[in-house]
Amino acid sequence: MAKKIISIRFDKPGNHTLSGYTANGGYRTLEKLFKMTPDAVTEEVKRSGLRGRGGAGFPTGMKWTFVPRSTDKPKYLCVNADEGEPGTFKDQLILKHDPHALIEGIIICCFAVGIKTAYVYIRGEYDFPIARFSAAVKEAYEAGYLGRNIKGSGMDLDVVVHRGAGAYICGEETGLIESLEGKKGQPRPKPPFPAVVGAFGCPTVVNNVETIAALPWILENGADAYAAIGTEKSKGTMLFSISGMVERPGVYEGEFGVNLWDFIEQSTGGIKDGKKLKAVIPGGSSSAILTADEARATKLDYESIAAAGSMVGSGAIMVLDEDTCVVKALEVVLRFYAHESCGQCPPCREGTYWLYEIVHRIREGKGRPEDIDLMLSICPDMSGRTVCVLADSAAIPAASYIKKFRHEFEAYIDKANPPARRLHPGGVNLEARAL
Amino acid sequence: MSHAHHAVHSTGRPFAFNPANETAFQNLLTKYPTKRAVVLPALWLAQEQEGHLTVESMEYVAKRLEQPPVTVFAVVEFYTMFKTEPVGKHHMQICRTLSCTMRGCEDLQSVVERKLGIGPGEMTADGKFSFEMVECLGACGTAPVMRMDNRYWENLSVEKLERLIDAAAEGRDPAGEDFNRG
Repeated sequence: MAKKIISIRFDKPGNHTLSGYTANGGYRTLEKLFKMTPDAVTEEVKRSGLRGRGGAGFPTGMKWTFVPRSTDKPKYLCVNADEGEPGTFKDQLILKHDPHALIEGIIICCFAVGIKTAYVYIRGEYDFPIARFSAAVKEAYEAGYLGRNIKGSGMDLDVVVHRGAGAYICGEETGLIESLEGKKGQPRPKPPFPAVVGAFGCPTVVNNVETIAALPWILENGADAYAAIGTEKSKGTMLFSISGMVERPGVYEGEFGVNLWDFIEQSTGGIKDGKKLKAVIPGGSSSAILTADEARATKLDYESIAAAGSMVGSGAIMVLDEDTCVVKALEVVLRFYAHESCGQCPPCREGTYWLYEIVHRIREGKGRPEDIDLMLSICPDMSGRTVCVLADSAAIPAASYIKKFRHEFEAYIDKANPPARRLHPGGVNLEARAL
Repeated sequence: MSHAHHAVHSTGRPFAFNPANETAFQNLLTKYPTKRAVVLPALWLAQEQEGHLTVESMEYVAKRLEQPPVTVFAVVEFYTMFKTEPVGKHHMQICRTLSCTMRGCEDLQSVVERKLGIGPGEMTADGKFSFEMVECLGACGTAPVMRMDNRYWENLSVEKLERLIDAAAEGRDPAGEDFNRG
């Protein structure tokens, strides 16, 4: 049984309330915290090896050290709860079932970095998670865990819940900051990085919900205990969101270093209805697709998945069975990125649009023989040429789906053998329809 | 970027926050170091008060926050959840991204079109239902998923969606029915 750190209280009834959380051992790290120095806390997090769970996997403690120690400006924490990468649905569980663990983690981070205001940016569609987390914040204020002079420590901290309004790009950390400031969520050129010039022109830490929620465990059990879990470079556990054509989709906490397909199969019961595995998208829809053979041969950790040509990303694993159409899957993925491009960089604005248009016409049976290579030629002109990585997020799946499943694309262009129009033939098929 | 073009709707009468929203607005002003940062939260208040954003409410938000109206209009245009046209009493947002498509969201769209006679972006004549296909709702583990009445309806099937629409049409609260796994 894999070690559980983040999800250990998810199933405990009433854990979302303050009394439930404290009964489950919550907030007890604060006594320890307030006896430490901020630098010692940062050092502990660095030594734990914790990496950001939002997608980039950047070392958390190191990110904190980029914030200037002495500054006249206020410093801010932005907790990224914009959870938008297709396939990702883990942070909502923390907001719903363990909101006080997030608050406790926020206190730890803000103590370490010297922050007095934290904004928790939650995607606007998450009505219930917003309500749950807001209620927990209210309770924490009333009990003296937030506000002035927290539990007699002299530490002041305000937590503000900020609701998004529907834009994937606000999950990019500088897009999030722009949005928080009341603007369109268009990412900023970097440098300067948010740690130096972030929200309201001030030094800012941006961390994902799951990253922050891991902090109480690390402080309570120590960096060594956390670092002992996982692999040499991928420490600890991660919440994996597994969806698609498996028997029991859901969020499963896993230790790094296990076999990717074994983990999926053991967690979810394998492919739905006894079908065969076709492919695995391991790190959200922006990651490169893995064939069934690759998924069976790969370990689940940052380095192994990178060596296989893809990424762990936000831990969003999507599973395609033998009946799933890769061409249509790419059409759906590219439609997403074309819709969500913020429009400020031409390689992204035009590239996502044209990749979608071309795969759409291929899937409609109107593709030209040269269209497949045309798509492959567009991808390198998008990657690494824009303010943020949204363009790459479309180019990477496009190139990988075509390279690994080229025959499926060719079958759409070969009019003699037109495949089904649906992504997946399962379910109650009322009528075959275009998207 | 390809967000739908927003028509601008005018009520022809002035807008002001109701007393509860005025209190909420004053509270918001204490939470942020700039007035501009209150643009999104204030737009949420205005939209919740009237059901959608009007020329008058957007100009009101701009004036209260000392922003040029165009900065508020541009923000509204950028975010998909801000509505500048009336939506139905029950606004249905069916997710159309990868996991929901694999698990049958196209069938759900067919149910809406067949049962209510409306396509994406349309509203029934009685104003009860409107409908759009949206990008990933972040609940892929319970796909296919729809957001309606400020909550998620998960693990949907054709049969469940039909029941849900019937209940909403008849004014019953379908929330008590076993639609969700967790």
